[in-house]
Amino acid sequence: MTTATTGAVGTAHTRVEGRDKVTGAARYAGEIPFAGLVHGWLVLSTVARGRILSVETGPVLGMPGVLTVLHHGNAPRLDTDYVGMLGVPPDPTAAVFQNDRVPHAGWPVALVVAETPEQAREAAEALVVTYEREPHDIELFAGRPDAYAADGHMPAVTEKGDLEAELAACAHVVDVEYTTPEEHHAMMEPHAATALWDGGRLEVVDSNQGATWVADELARMFSLDASAVRVRSEHIGGGFGSKGLRAHQVSAVMAATALQRPVRVVLTRRQMFSLTGYRSPTVQRVRLGAGPDGRLRALEHRSLNQTSTVWEFVEPSAGVARVMYDADAHRTSNEVVRLDVPSPTWMRGPGEAPGSFALEAAFDELAERCGIDPVELRLRNDPERGPVSGLPFAGRNLAACFREGARRFGWADRDPRPGTRREGRWLLGTGTAAASFPSGALPSTAAVTAEADGTYTVRIAAADIGTGARTALTLVAADALRVAPDRVRVRIGDSDFGPAGIAGGSMGTRSWAWAVTAAAEELRGRLVPGGAVPPEGITVRSDTTAALGALAQKERHSFGAQFAEVAVDVATGEVRVRRMLGVFAAGRIVNPLTARGQLVGGMTWGISMALHEEAVRDRAFGGLYGADLAGYHVATHADVPTVEADWVDDPDPDDPVGIKGIGEVGIVGAAAAVANAVWHATGVRHRNLPIRPDRVLRAGGTGV
Amino acid sequence: MAPPTSSSVTLNINGEKHPLSVDHRTTLLDALRERLDLTGTKKGCDQGQCGACTVLVDGRRTVSCLQLAVASDGREITTVEGLADGDRLHPVQQAFLDLDGFQCGYCTPGQICSAVAVIEEHAAGWPSAVTGDVRPEAGPPPLTPEEIRERMSGNLCRCSAYVQIVEAVARAAAEHRGETERAVA
Repeated sequence: MTTATTGAVGTAHTRVEGRDKVTGAARYAGEIPFAGLVHGWLVLSTVARGRILSVETGPVLGMPGVLTVLHHGNAPRLDTDYVGMLGVPPDPTAAVFQNDRVPHAGWPVALVVAETPEQAREAAEALVVTYEREPHDIELFAGRPDAYAADGHMPAVTEKGDLEAELAACAHVVDVEYTTPEEHHAMMEPHAATALWDGGRLEVVDSNQGATWVADELARMFSLDASAVRVRSEHIGGGFGSKGLRAHQVSAVMAATALQRPVRVVLTRRQMFSLTGYRSPTVQRVRLGAGPDGRLRALEHRSLNQTSTVWEFVEPSAGVARVMYDADAHRTSNEVVRLDVPSPTWMRGPGEAPGSFALEAAFDELAERCGIDPVELRLRNDPERGPVSGLPFAGRNLAACFREGARRFGWADRDPRPGTRREGRWLLGTGTAAASFPSGALPSTAAVTAEADGTYTVRIAAADIGTGARTALTLVAADALRVAPDRVRVRIGDSDFGPAGIAGGSMGTRSWAWAVTAAAEELRGRLVPGGAVPPEGITVRSDTTAALGALAQKERHSFGAQFAEVAVDVATGEVRVRRMLGVFAAGRIVNPLTARGQLVGGMTWGISMALHEEAVRDRAFGGLYGADLAGYHVATHADVPTVEADWVDDPDPDDPVGIKGIGEVGIVGAAAAVANAVWHATGVRHRNLPIRPDRVLRAGGTGV
Repeated sequence: MAPPTSSSVTLNINGEKHPLSVDHRTTLLDALRERLDLTGTKKGCDQGQCGACTVLVDGRRTVSCLQLAVASDGREITTVEGLADGDRLHPVQQAFLDLDGFQCGYCTPGQICSAVAVIEEHAAGWPSAVTGDVRPEAGPPPLTPEEIRERMSGNLCRCSAYVQIVEAVARAAAEHRGETERAVA
């Protein structure tokens, strides 16, 4: 038996569940068999606004295998008047079949349940629903009179200094509008849940980003005792912010209750586009004013996003300016407008991803105006303290990222003039941008057991949505217990393990590692060296609520410097990324192997955001054109060149493991780096994403 | 009398014969997942756009969501569950594991099945859209990262493990070439 091995954190380990994933043995939510399982298929509205007049269930109930049709006329009433674990009320899109209103296209109106998926699908497609149609309004544009400032998870507006006076006095001013389109998570595994009643308890086998979070929401919504609901979510095929409480779990619970049989509801790829959230399009205005030396005197960042008529979601794109840059006059605001569209939600890098595109592209424009290198301009404007909060940073190693990144990328050799490098039919350019994302932690509980056989079992309601959290926690527990990782077994994804934070906001691994470390360290103190462990083991539980509450107020963020080289085809307008480099200061890196995947994956999302992703809403019917993976383009193999991610030493001294969080910072600034490189290649600024070939051709600059 | 809505077929999967009565609407993908409990093959879009359901049918890559079970009668089907040799992983599986060619793992069985076929297709001299010299006598082009990316582009990975997948496919292909050369020698 191995003894007293330390130092697993910081070394590369393949995923502990990796073998199961490469052999197909890992079972995801829709793949766990149950005796007597039946299948539910959702029916979505075909109108964008109106009222349901009738649901013609009769003919469908007579179809082979059909067991029931749930709709607003027969579904149980739900409680939606609460604020959940994440501090927000539930999105009514998930609280299905509560009234006859249709607030957007693709709104859930019925669930057909049948013995087989084929029977359920055919019946669902045959179900006739009639509507009273009302005019819909789906258009987002700057200056909408019904837009309003909204807080979200941060103040709507921050303001200091006299913006107009400073701008008027500045040698260099940039005043530009940027837009980003509607973007979708498009994780590979569709949302799926199986619900059943077992011995008076509701069991839900699900795919989500937080088992206790979803269990808590279900208990509140169905007015059940918290202990009467168990949610399991062992393997999750991607989440990116979308996998919380959705229509599939709620409708499955309703049907399982009505039929007293296990009911599985799996969303189709098309249904996901209106039921599972998305990143709102944004319209952003950035005004920057600088003196001759490039030092900012004025900064304004305003962002407008859309939300549904039933749920308010703020995409806080202006928030990034509150962290990145200071100025004598500094104003930021986030506004929303309510439209007849589906509810948006968190999507990888919420706020920061679109916000950094606007702010970092504007910074590149300012660098051009000032005649200062874009890296140097950022170094000159690297603040000592939080620009809005005035708080100290818990480490801001952005300058180190830029210096190391510039060295490795070969930035010093760059000719700053745009549109001057050509290779055959390709125009070449390079660009850079800064990245940041908040480092947070959510209260969590964990249990660590010393087993009689000398192994250890960790139980925590964590979620490994592909981040490698299960493996990271194994390494963290091993170090805290001073044993080799192969003696530690980490069990996750079960709400019965007690409350824990979600896999979201780059907070998962940090939140859970804190709880696991606390329990493991206390357990180690209790174990007598050489002493026997009883057959039931020795278990210690932890709860980080108090420790997190005592944490000093600081600006806690991960940072990074992004570099991209692009080639622009002068004939077709196609933009191809040739290479990317990101250097990050993102806390202590627990597992370099999986961390690289997180950061490179985020950067690849940035390529995809810059060049491919765009969900287009049809004005006439209010839904999306091509709501599928052929119509909604995400980057695939051929779009992704050599993408390198690395990091500088940056442990957070206030975190027991030194973690900051790496899930989102990789996408931040990545699209701006690509867009800035396109300007460098062509001499034309592209302020509207994605940078499609037709936009490149229409904008000109390719005739150089 | 109403025409029949189901048929008896024999699905030959990973070397094992499965006699089955299937609804004519059932895809090969749903037959694997819902009827035979072979859930390694994943359903990402159910409309042939993501590649997660890729299996090998008579040795060729096929998206099993676009093939009906009744059309699969008697054909040789290999799924991700049929690649390993007992406890010994297929070289492609081992390379994905070692080089972290996945994150959430949901596209992984499709990526792996696709990669197994890519290596065979390339070795057999099939060109791709980025192959420079497509004359039959030119022989297989070097299996560069660009060739791998082009040939693997039907398999989406939203976690975006593309860089690591390409590394894994390259390593497995190099091992495959080594084995082939040893066998020839």
